[in-house]
Amino acid sequence: MAVILNARGLCKSFGAVSAAAEVNAAIERDSVVGLIGTNGAGKTTFINMITGYLKPDRGTIEFEGRDITLLEPREITRLGICRSFQIPQLYGSLSVFDNMMVAFGVVLANAHRGGFFSRGHPLVPGFEVPAEEAAERLLERFGLAEYRDRNAQVLPGGVRKLLDIALAMVARPRILLLDEPTSGVSAAEKFGIMQMVLDGVRAEGVTVLFVEHDMEVVGRFAQRVLAFYDGRIIADAAPQVALADPEVKRYVVGRHA
Amino acid sequence: MKRTPLALAAILVVVLAAGPWLPQWAMFIVTVAFARGLVALGLMLLLRAGLVSFGQALYFCLGAYAAGALGRFLGVSDIVLEMLAGGAVAALAAFVLGFLLARYRGIFFGLLSLALSMILYGLLVKNEALGSTDGFNILRSTLFGIRPSADWVRYAVMATAAVVAVGAALVVDRYLQTPLGRLAPAIKDNEIRVEYMGASARYAVHVKYVIAAALAGIGGALAATTVGHIDPDMAYWTTSGEFIFIAILGGTSNVIAPFAAALLYGLIHTTAYDLSPNTWQMSLGIALLLLIVFLPQGLFGRFGWR
Repeated sequence: MAVILNARGLCKSFGAVSAAAEVNAAIERDSVVGLIGTNGAGKTTFINMITGYLKPDRGTIEFEGRDITLLEPREITRLGICRSFQIPQLYGSLSVFDNMMVAFGVVLANAHRGGFFSRGHPLVPGFEVPAEEAAERLLERFGLAEYRDRNAQVLPGGVRKLLDIALAMVARPRILLLDEPTSGVSAAEKFGIMQMVLDGVRAEGVTVLFVEHDMEVVGRFAQRVLAFYDGRIIADAAPQVALADPEVKRYVVGRHA
Repeated sequence: MKRTPLALAAILVVVLAAGPWLPQWAMFIVTVAFARGLVALGLMLLLRAGLVSFGQALYFCLGAYAAGALGRFLGVSDIVLEMLAGGAVAALAAFVLGFLLARYRGIFFGLLSLALSMILYGLLVKNEALGSTDGFNILRSTLFGIRPSADWVRYAVMATAAVVAVGAALVVDRYLQTPLGRLAPAIKDNEIRVEYMGASARYAVHVKYVIAAALAGIGGALAATTVGHIDPDMAYWTTSGEFIFIAILGGTSNVIAPFAAALLYGLIHTTAYDLSPNTWQMSLGIALLLLIVFLPQGLFGRFGWR
């Protein structure tokens, strides 16, 4: 399959701590990749480098053959790489619907639609319906319709996670990076949320990378696993293979072989 | 949704029609309210994005001096040209300074804007050609080449002010409904998310800053031609404080609020000064206190008019 994202030789240190040491990963189009590893292993650093929040000390990142290593987060977003956050980043003073409308506003502005002199309700690129309708659709798809008019600040944890992901879907990403989509969510809800997210996302052929600590979730949803330890990728294989790897068992899963 | 434009149109008609029957002092108060309201309208744009400029007097004063300079050096006294010059000079200055200011938030943004206005104050105080601390008088206003008789100058200025203020309010109202305008509360809440949605918060702030400055510049030119005199105090930090007072009084719910607040401020100020010339600041202080306690959302906040 064609490679959509290619990270080569990524290195990043924070003082004496090496958060990425020669990280290499070629992500195939239309795949679902799970990133595992203990806290501090370098998963979030990897995501932060891909999305432009951190610049690697060395190494390059290519998206669809284009070097994006030094681009700003907003430029990377516009190219089609979007992310959700470990701690949902919402607009706390706005309702769920208005959160979505801000996101659609940005997409419209970047497409030079809906400016000062435009009339009526411009169509959102990719959705081809006005922003209000597109927002309702996405809320529906992520099971958020019933929270439509609630303030984003006072939502339950799982709902905040879903809204965070729905916001990332507004720009119709080609690659979606989910940073611990099920953390802070009850064990019972985890599978439901992952299923809903992947159904919502995969229908559009989006390539997904997700960070996850629950190995059951990883085993069930990932097609491929990247196991991080000490800033390096110690295993890169299908879940059954990766999770059975002695090093992974020892350093990541926490069970000795 | 069309309530605001209708209300603005009604205000314009009332001001234009009632004007000839108003006493001179009332026209003065109304015109000054339009001038200050323009500045507060700009502040409202910044407030919506969570930014408080303690130095909007910088652009108010620049606008006033731009208008004054037109008369002093070129003999131009047309109200409309003065306002255009005031707005243009202020917008240009804000465009340049905005590259610096748009990088800052919170108290740093506030104090930096205050510092810039005090630099202008310092420059003007030292400048003999512009009258130093005394400032200078402005030519009597004309409109499209017509020099109204003494009785009608006030009305001509007030009517022009009303047209410009209503026009500005309509433009800002429309701007608030564009994607960039809607971004303001998002910038206030969570700038990281704004960036990861593919928008530049810095660019959005820069644009708002320039619009706010242009409005302040127009307001400054209008105040200058209304009062007939300009001096460096227009850039002093207490002037900025007045504008913040008005902006807070109005709240950020709709574009009419800053003008209503400016008028109320003018009335409180005038009444307080009349009753007790030495302690009018105290009366204003009490008014502000009551406002913050009872109307924290501003004049219109209670009524949910957006």
